Amino acid sequence: MTNWSLIEPSNTQKFVAGTLVAIYALVTLLPILWILSTGFKTPTDSIAYPPKLIFEPTFEGYVNLFTTQTRQTEEYLANNPPNNWYEQIVHDKGMVIAGPSRFGERFLNSVIIGFGSTFLSVFLGTLAAYAFSRYKVPLKDDLLFFILSTRMMPPIAVAIPIFLMFRTLGLSDTHAGMILLYTAVNLSLAVWLLKGFIDEIPIEYEEAALIDGYTRFQAFIKVVLPQAMTGIASTAIFCLIFAWNEYAFAVLLTSGTAQTAPPFIPTIIGVGGQDWPAVAAGATLFLVPVMVFTILLRRHLLRGITFGAVRK
Amino acid sequence: MKVSPLQKAAEATPQKLGRSIRGLSDRAIAWIFVTPTILLLLAINIFPLIWTIRLSFTNYRANRPNADIKFIGLRNYERILTDSDIWQTMQATAHFLFWTLLLQVVIGFALAWLINRKFKGNGLWTTIIVLPMMLSPAVVGNFWTFLYQPQIGLFNYLISFLTTIDPSSFTMIGEVNLAPWAIVIVDTWMWTPFVMLICLAGLRSIPDYIYEAAECDRASSWRQFWTITIPMVLPFLMLAVLFRGIENFKMFDLVVLLTGGGPGSTTELTSINLKREAFEKWRTGYASAYAVILFVTMFGLASIYVKALNKVKDR
Repeated sequence: MTNWSLIEPSNTQKFVAGTLVAIYALVTLLPILWILSTGFKTPTDSIAYPPKLIFEPTFEGYVNLFTTQTRQTEEYLANNPPNNWYEQIVHDKGMVIAGPSRFGERFLNSVIIGFGSTFLSVFLGTLAAYAFSRYKVPLKDDLLFFILSTRMMPPIAVAIPIFLMFRTLGLSDTHAGMILLYTAVNLSLAVWLLKGFIDEIPIEYEEAALIDGYTRFQAFIKVVLPQAMTGIASTAIFCLIFAWNEYAFAVLLTSGTAQTAPPFIPTIIGVGGQDWPAVAAGATLFLVPVMVFTILLRRHLLRGITFGAVRK
Repeated sequence: MKVSPLQKAAEATPQKLGRSIRGLSDRAIAWIFVTPTILLLLAINIFPLIWTIRLSFTNYRANRPNADIKFIGLRNYERILTDSDIWQTMQATAHFLFWTLLLQVVIGFALAWLINRKFKGNGLWTTIIVLPMMLSPAVVGNFWTFLYQPQIGLFNYLISFLTTIDPSSFTMIGEVNLAPWAIVIVDTWMWTPFVMLICLAGLRSIPDYIYEAAECDRASSWRQFWTITIPMVLPFLMLAVLFRGIENFKMFDLVVLLTGGGPGSTTELTSINLKREAFEKWRTGYASAYAVILFVTMFGLASIYVKALNKVKDR
């Protein structure tokens, strides 16, 4: 845009717009900041009135998140001095660490299922998208319609037959079951997004490779894939965020071994009421990776967010 | 499609020879690439759908897998459509849908319009605004119950700070008249950025020269807004409403963790109600019929809407 353009907003306009947007952004950020800060409060500080903005930070919430604790007698505590900083925190409350909590496992499940399903949906999605983009394949035109219609079904409605199917096949509460399920949910969208990216790669590149003696398959690997890498990466991030955040299927189909973090975090309770600093600590660890991805890759996320309906 | 010389040459080559020269044939590659995807989608999307329809005509209960399955025809459908509780659920869903869509469209468009003033640092602010929608609705919804606590909750504190209402005098998620608004507020907080992003894409798709021409014709900025900006952004806005409408019609995670459908059943949206029928009361056949009805409703509404959208687009 040139400076003399007729439609460049005036400086006053820019200032007013900027201020209003900044105010909205700060208000919208408050709940997130509150999650981050509550994680470093003591349980007492977290429920203080008026709400405490300035407080002495502590790792008590994080220690509570990762451990289970039991109350002990004064005598026992005196005879067993704490060995390190986290035992000290628990010791000060008159308790000792009994063992690790389940949070670590649940978080790991989220990582395994998230990355597993992302890899599968991007792998299968890229192959299918290439075929849809370059060849005449039956049902091609129904693809978008198909994606929309599978997304119209409430997850709870889909969960009924999936629940029965997984029970019959022995996939209930397994990593493999959840990975397959999330792959299927993500796959239609992944194919649609990737097809958009591959459509943009000129077909002449492949033709040149074919003339050079490559087979179709070699041309796909050596010419198309490198060109589509940005698109593949942003599709992957989008699939990962979906699988990472998903709750309805996770809460209905997993209970123990394969439970992910979203159904687990709300069940964290402390002694005498919900332990909000521990909940906030868990939420922080769970949300921060997504926030970092969003900030780093914001330009590439738009297509995924809008189902590819809006091109950059 | 454009036929390249190479393709012509390939067609002229006899099939068998072509294959031996260039590895797998195009047709084989196409099928190998597409088949796994189709199989997975059939197994996990289509097959369960057919199974749901079949179950909806039975009295099956998933907690008694060995009991006899009886076909009872349309009885489940009849019971659902005459059940007054379901209509209450539909009302709660309609209230939620109407207000979230209205607020998100108004605020989302306003934000996009402001951000399009191209002030310094708008990229940074946009990123901050987008954050809530990327987060896990379950984890965030659960934390909002903390913000909504009377007395100690941040939300109640800020309200009392701005209006001097006593912060312990109201419980957003515990009162029948406030709970429906509590879920509208959180959903609006979370999803306004989505509408904003689509509107922003719409605003940026309007070429500058249209405004420049209007400026030369001395059209007032008010007039420019109503005759250029709004009509050009409308298809985008309608698309945003379609996506948000579908998502909020099947809303589950955020609301179930905020209110669990309560107090009473004031915020019991259809998905929460469905979950209760299917996984708490274990009326699998009945819940399947319910699922089919919801799907048909949504499908019907969405098809009508898409037709309207296409008309607006073609204009």
